[in-house]
Amino acid sequence: MNLHAIRAIYLYEMARTGRTLLQSIVAPVVTTSLYFIVFGAAIGTRIAEIEGVAYGAFIVPGLVMLMLLTQSVSNASFGIFMPRFTGTFYEILSAPVSALEIVIGYVGAATTKSVVLGLVILATASLFVPLRIAHPAWMLGFLLLTAVTFSLLGFIIGVWAEGFEQLQFVPLLIITPLTFLGGTFYSIDVLPPAWQTVTLFNPVVYLVSGFRWSFYEIADVRVGVSLAMTAAFLAACLAAVWWIFKTGYRLKA
Amino acid sequence: MGGGPAKLRPVQPIISISKLSKTYATGQQALKNVDLEIRRGEIFGLLGPNGAGKTTLIGVVCGIVTPSAGTVTVAGHDILRDWRAARTMIGLVPQELTNNAFDSVWGTVRFSRGLFGKPPDAARLRRVLEDLSLWERRDSRVMTLSGGMKRRMLIAKALAHDPQILFLDEPTAGVDVELRQGMWQAVRRLRDAGATIILTTHYIEEAELMADRIGVINHGEIVVVDDKAALMRRLGRKQLTLELQAPLEAVPAALAARGLALAAGGRELVYTYDAQAEASGIADLLGELEQVGIGFRDLRTTQSSLEDIFVDLVRERR
Repeated sequence: MNLHAIRAIYLYEMARTGRTLLQSIVAPVVTTSLYFIVFGAAIGTRIAEIEGVAYGAFIVPGLVMLMLLTQSVSNASFGIFMPRFTGTFYEILSAPVSALEIVIGYVGAATTKSVVLGLVILATASLFVPLRIAHPAWMLGFLLLTAVTFSLLGFIIGVWAEGFEQLQFVPLLIITPLTFLGGTFYSIDVLPPAWQTVTLFNPVVYLVSGFRWSFYEIADVRVGVSLAMTAAFLAACLAAVWWIFKTGYRLKA
Repeated sequence: MGGGPAKLRPVQPIISISKLSKTYATGQQALKNVDLEIRRGEIFGLLGPNGAGKTTLIGVVCGIVTPSAGTVTVAGHDILRDWRAARTMIGLVPQELTNNAFDSVWGTVRFSRGLFGKPPDAARLRRVLEDLSLWERRDSRVMTLSGGMKRRMLIAKALAHDPQILFLDEPTAGVDVELRQGMWQAVRRLRDAGATIILTTHYIEEAELMADRIGVINHGEIVVVDDKAALMRRLGRKQLTLELQAPLEAVPAALAARGLALAAGGRELVYTYDAQAEASGIADLLGELEQVGIGFRDLRTTQSSLEDIFVDLVRERR
């Protein structure tokens, strides 16, 4: 194991975060705060409690997930896309680093960033709404698992993308809609039965539901199912990354 | 310190390339059955026109390009089976001035060292940057550097992990004369410190000046590999040019067998001969000229440069 290389990639990516602190930490926090002000304080007080949880508090897990997913994907995809775009990826290809080490470095840094961001947003939320975390260990577990999975997805997108438009495409046009429709702002119980069934094809439902359960012990789907679906998605991403390095897809001639 | 020419060193290949071929997905055959050995401690000049396969060859050895067939070993380590050991020994300076614009010089060099599995060593990196006159700019963002500085930064990155083999792909393209000479000095110092250097270049004079041995590649095939001096002796030709007193319409029939040519509108007679031959035939030629009554005012001899040799070699294969 080339630990020095993992460390170099990891620190390099973390330093990149440091340089773009405004974009990577401050902007998501401001955005989330706006959601809390609008949906929590302003409109939220007029919305009935959901299964005994105030609306403002109800949306916290969903909002953390929303940020976690979009930021994991965009961070990790940008991290691997830039060296491909600028041509500096030659150095990584020529270095004595394995695929696993490259992935640990890039995805590890993106995950770290996402988890920190998630916790910062939680802390911000606690300023606006009363927060209760029933199962802190499960909460952290879901946070970590989701951050790893979507950072891997971001890595895949960063390898696949051939331009900035494709890079933006997935976070903006796939992740965000799926999150909004995945029960971030409502319990899927409120949907007509047909739409409830459709919604179950949305993977984000399982993430939000499981995560929300760790807070309030209320869930749209059973927590075991949430965990299994997240793990399945993680496995799919790992398989795709394995295939990328096995074939050299878009990385190596 | 072993700064002498390669022929004084034990002939021991540090890189062995055998029957190497590369066909890209587009169907382009960039390398065809290439055999090449690089000796430990030499400066090897790889010459070839654009698209000849130089960068592909380097790419395969460095692990950037997957070979289609053939084997490459670096100090006995197969580049595919024993890739970690092979790659640790190699530093690569790419042709393109690629960079992470927002990094500091120090950050990017430190990154390179770590990537190649070496523990951080600030003193060592400082020496590398000082040698390349970049120490003063260590905190500058890469995008604020001039083109020549960026090139040196890429060399510093390649040297950051103390490689034993350094590939320089067109290192002086677009670099001004003064800086180019500075780079040549830096390369020689590296060789003197025991490194093996493989240099590709467009500038023939660069190879002529720097290399111990030269390989010429064209259309994906190695055309010739030899000591620079031997190559120039073997393939170089000499020409004797006679400035005639009176212009000639044609080469006299009596001298036809000599392979003479007229130049400068018949005012010059050019005789091409093999500089290596036992007898150049100059004395005989001058005698014959006197017999047929051709007088000359002046004469000069010229020797073909590596550039002429290169152009001939590349043209032959076309």
